Amino acid sequence: MDQETGLALSTLLISIARGAAPLLFAAMGGLLSERSGVIQIALEGMMLMGALFAAITSYFTGSPWLGFAAGSLAGLIMAGLKSFFVLKLRTDQIVTGTAINILAVGIAPFITKILFQSTGSTPNLPIEARFVYAPLVISFLLSGGLMYWFSQTRSSLWVQFAGEAPQALQASGISVGKVRLFSLLTCGLFAGMGGATLSLCLASAYSPNMTAGRGFMALAALIFGRWRPLPTFFACLLFALTDAIQIRLQGATTGIPVQFIQILPYLITIIALAGFFGRSQAPKGLGQHI
Amino acid sequence: MKSFLGFLFGVFLCLILSLFAGESPTHVLMVLLKSAFGSKYDLGLTLFYTTSLIFTGLSVCIAFYAGMFNIGAEGQLIIATLATAAVGILFPNVPSSLAPLFGIGVAIITGGLWGFIPGILKAKRGSHEVIITMMMNFIAAGIASYYVVGALKSTTSQNPESEMVSPNYLFKSFDPISQFFQDSPANLSLLIAIFLAVALHFFLFRSIKGFEIRALGQNEEAASVAGISGVQLKTLCMTLAGAFAGLVATNEILGSAGKFQLGFSPEYGFIGIAVALMARNRPLRIIFTAFLFGALQKGASDLDLETNAITRDFAKILQAVIILSVISFALIPLNFEKVKKWIKKQA
Repeated sequence: MDQETGLALSTLLISIARGAAPLLFAAMGGLLSERSGVIQIALEGMMLMGALFAAITSYFTGSPWLGFAAGSLAGLIMAGLKSFFVLKLRTDQIVTGTAINILAVGIAPFITKILFQSTGSTPNLPIEARFVYAPLVISFLLSGGLMYWFSQTRSSLWVQFAGEAPQALQASGISVGKVRLFSLLTCGLFAGMGGATLSLCLASAYSPNMTAGRGFMALAALIFGRWRPLPTFFACLLFALTDAIQIRLQGATTGIPVQFIQILPYLITIIALAGFFGRSQAPKGLGQHI
Repeated sequence: MKSFLGFLFGVFLCLILSLFAGESPTHVLMVLLKSAFGSKYDLGLTLFYTTSLIFTGLSVCIAFYAGMFNIGAEGQLIIATLATAAVGILFPNVPSSLAPLFGIGVAIITGGLWGFIPGILKAKRGSHEVIITMMMNFIAAGIASYYVVGALKSTTSQNPESEMVSPNYLFKSFDPISQFFQDSPANLSLLIAIFLAVALHFFLFRSIKGFEIRALGQNEEAASVAGISGVQLKTLCMTLAGAFAGLVATNEILGSAGKFQLGFSPEYGFIGIAVALMARNRPLRIIFTAFLFGALQKGASDLDLETNAITRDFAKILQAVIILSVISFALIPLNFEKVKKWIKKQA
């Protein structure tokens, strides 16, 4: 391999890792929530709040790590809100998730207006308040950890049973509600980290709707990955690859309009979900209240 | 009734929230009310929003009945509006008696197509309709932004919008509503929307197909034992949902603006979810809930000017909080008979 192709290959790999990191965080969180039986439509809103609060905290403290923590905390709070409605009041999971997403889109400009007098964005973060690559590493470690946890430990069985056979788990003396609460909150934490990765590492500030459907793509990735950690991991890499190609094509003169190239990841998501690569089986208790 | 309590509670919560922005809740409420109903022009604009929201509310409603969640009304209405504008620009020579009907037909067909795709994928392949319709939203937005800055771009305007459609497509000449609300964009489409709501009511509750759809939505297994084909009905309902959302094009293109403006929709598709939920999925009630949310939308549009710290995005918070409080209140076992008896006793 000559030097030039080596360089091109490594830039491609880096851009895949960059694109995959937020998806991995959100998809692994969503996986946990869905395996425990709670439909996770609200990833998008949790990511958005994560991105916003990460950028704000990092801007005021100058520390990306504090920003990262604040972002995951924001995701956690959104998840807490969702679990109050879904687990405590037993509202419809999809509708509640959608409301959380709309709420996130509304709250973001409300807060930036109060703090920065701007209708949506935070000011640009200086380079020392941003990450170079740390969240990428964390996202891969987290995925690995979750894979290990799911395949090797007893406690993960609780989560899986809460989604597959909630009554059986309840009968064996474990509170399904608590298992689902734990899964949902952890999901929020992860999704918040995914958002923080967006504003602190991929971009240099928070901008309106910067998640651009990544929460839904993460959900698609985990359905495409049949609710299992390893295939979900590869599904995220696949989506990141299409995104990387999309960005690369924008720079080149292909004759295809930019807007159509930008559609590519969404199109791939639809094709993936249409089940042309085999149908996927959802957890049996998904969406059921107990 | 419970829904309405939920609505009031949601508005109340949001007004409290405005304290955080350093605004007085009563002032915000007055701005909302004045901006929604303050003058004939304001009321016209409120009714204009109402019209689109009836369409998207009905769109979400019909999908709900078949047990699906149509989060894609936004994409469906955008693609239909774009297609209607394109047809109006590219075929200016359609006879003027047929042109508006032709435009409506195009809106129904393109919107319907945008609903048919997730419908058939859901019915045949079990693909999650929420994600598919969400992706279709992004695709519709991408296509629209391409054509509006490209082939259909206005030669006179600096804004990202299309050329005007040929005047024979517009309702203007025979439109009593727009003549009454002069200068405001309210138009004949309001009547179409109300008619559609009534028609959907009779379809769902007075026809065999409607009964089958309701049976399917309530219990898919029982319905299939009774010989009701889920595949066919789900596809049908999503297609109808797309067509209803597509009719927003009549309000936007044929009735008022006459051109496709990028970002014309304040996310009617998502507000439609709140509209349908608050109406508890009853088509006739959707007319009224759409009016409430139309008023909120219009009211919030003046918050930018009238307050220092609250923007029009406040409407989003209102919608989300109202959805949450409406679905929560629906689950509270309130017994109004008991309350009435108690009041009688006291009196």
